[in-house]
Amino acid sequence: MEWINAIIQGCLLGGLYALLAAGLSLMFGVMRIVNLAHGVLAITAAYIAWVLVQHTPIPPFATLIVVVPVMAAVGYVLQRGLLNRALDQGSLAPILVTFGLAIVITNLLQEIFTVDNRSIQIGALETDSIRISSDLAIGIFPLITFVVGIVVIVGLQLFLSRTRTGRAMRATSDDRDAAVLMGINNRQLYAIAAAIALGIVGVAGVFLGMRTQFNPGFGDVMLIFAFEAVIIGGLGSLWGTLAGGMILGVAQVVGAQAFPAYGVLFGHLVFLLVLVVRPQGLIPKAVNS
Amino acid sequence: MSTEAVKVRRSTKSSYVGLAVMGIVVVILATGPYTFMTKGTQQSMVILFTFIVLGTMWNLLAGYAGMVSIGQQAYIGLGAYGLVYLSNILGINPFVAIPIAVVISGLISIPISFLAFRLAGGYFAIGTWVIAEVVKLVITQFKVLGAGAGISLTEFPKDASTRIALIYWMSLAAVVIAVAVTYFIMRSRLGLGFTAIRDDSVAASSLGVSVTRSKRIVYVIASMGAGLGGAMIAANALRVQPDGVFSVTLTAQMIFIVVIGGMGTIEGPIIGAIVFFSLQQWLSDLGAWYLVILGVVAVIIVLFLPKGLWGLISGSGRIRLFPTGYRVMSKPSDMSLIKESS
Repeated sequence: MEWINAIIQGCLLGGLYALLAAGLSLMFGVMRIVNLAHGVLAITAAYIAWVLVQHTPIPPFATLIVVVPVMAAVGYVLQRGLLNRALDQGSLAPILVTFGLAIVITNLLQEIFTVDNRSIQIGALETDSIRISSDLAIGIFPLITFVVGIVVIVGLQLFLSRTRTGRAMRATSDDRDAAVLMGINNRQLYAIAAAIALGIVGVAGVFLGMRTQFNPGFGDVMLIFAFEAVIIGGLGSLWGTLAGGMILGVAQVVGAQAFPAYGVLFGHLVFLLVLVVRPQGLIPKAVNS
Repeated sequence: MSTEAVKVRRSTKSSYVGLAVMGIVVVILATGPYTFMTKGTQQSMVILFTFIVLGTMWNLLAGYAGMVSIGQQAYIGLGAYGLVYLSNILGINPFVAIPIAVVISGLISIPISFLAFRLAGGYFAIGTWVIAEVVKLVITQFKVLGAGAGISLTEFPKDASTRIALIYWMSLAAVVIAVAVTYFIMRSRLGLGFTAIRDDSVAASSLGVSVTRSKRIVYVIASMGAGLGGAMIAANALRVQPDGVFSVTLTAQMIFIVVIGGMGTIEGPIIGAIVFFSLQQWLSDLGAWYLVILGVVAVIIVLFLPKGLWGLISGSGRIRLFPTGYRVMSKPSDMSLIKESS
């Protein structure tokens, strides 16, 4: 029974990883930027929420109302100010710029908040659970995180397939030059995509901060987990990213159940296995969506 | 040009002068332990030499072959731990153990390259990072290597001035080897192939340049170089800690060195290492702010000065200390018409 429990916990954890990975996936899909500052930006969102909870009467979940728009604005400015320019410099510049950014933000967070662990208190929700049988229970908070992850992915999928802007993003992703010829302003579109991606990072960061303790160094780990979820699931597929997140979550939790302290290593090994056996990922990009 | 024979040259006046000056600098540095250097200075110089080796090798990988790896700390750690294992446990003379550790780093990088090369661009970058994390997690499993706590090197000569001088000379030799290897690779067929791949990889492969094979060779050499850097770090500190030698900060430092100095040139990483080393001495009191400042500087240089400091000094490549390209001259004396082919 404890194994079933571990699998369920892993799946729910996967919802958080999918949330983290969705923004990474979107930025790569639209503008071919792998944002190496992705993880630390999620931690930044967690710190913003933590500050709000500490210093204002805003309840933890309501911090999303502030954090998401702030992160989206950061994404817009980042893309307009730095990343569009980096894209003009060739394919290495975006990698170097986002890596430099990751170093800068990590160390800034360290200077401001120190390296002590922080967490966002959510009271009774932390431990509340739905009891299914005598030895099987599902935590309410992990369940909420999972549902939010699915809602965000479904929403993003609908946005990309149904709206005019979403279609323009897919067109730009397929063939930028042709899209620009059709009158699409790709720089503006990139900035919107970055704003959406970082808005999602904001959601992921707040939930991360409520789930676990964090410190500035956590950004590295979060980037790696998000990346593993994307690759396991298959580049360019949001459903794949969700599946990848869940597989990674299950690998970590089940691995930790079998060998405590090696959960993360099991996640890495599953990722490497996928890379060897099925490098295109589990759900490779379907025709155009 | 008319009917006059076209001359193709590689070296120029600046490169002859440069080579001579550098030769003299190396000789002066080599006499350092006998003449003007204290033990502390020698140990500091070893840090600078390590930066030059690591920067030069990362530049070979990213600047020339276009592979931005942020997982080279895997090989830095393997080089450091290889030295510890071979000398402490197998009892091999540490100065013999270093080249063996370097070869081991290279051998391990071959199977890893097959994994990492399944990813490209930014995903290659993070993939190499994950691999480095796995290598670290595996190495820290071994109790004989000190597990998570680290281990001291015990087999170097006990006499401090002998030991420090020997490590200093070894490191100076490592710099000369790293720079020379890069120089000769870039002048060889392989280097020419990379120039072609950089300009147009499809056209290059249609003309018989084996893109993957060339990249793999460079990846292995750069990994050996990182292993060498790791062994130098271990020898200088006489202690290896997993969180130190497997830290992604080391790769961040390599990137700063190469970006600040100038990517895709041999001179760049040397200048970058000197600048980075001086900044580090200067800003070390600032704690984390020092990395903030370096990060901002690196981002600005990538965006606004993509050729780095060497690009400023050399006047867009007119001065070259290490001529890797070809120059076509209409008249041997007419320097103003020089066209650089790489």
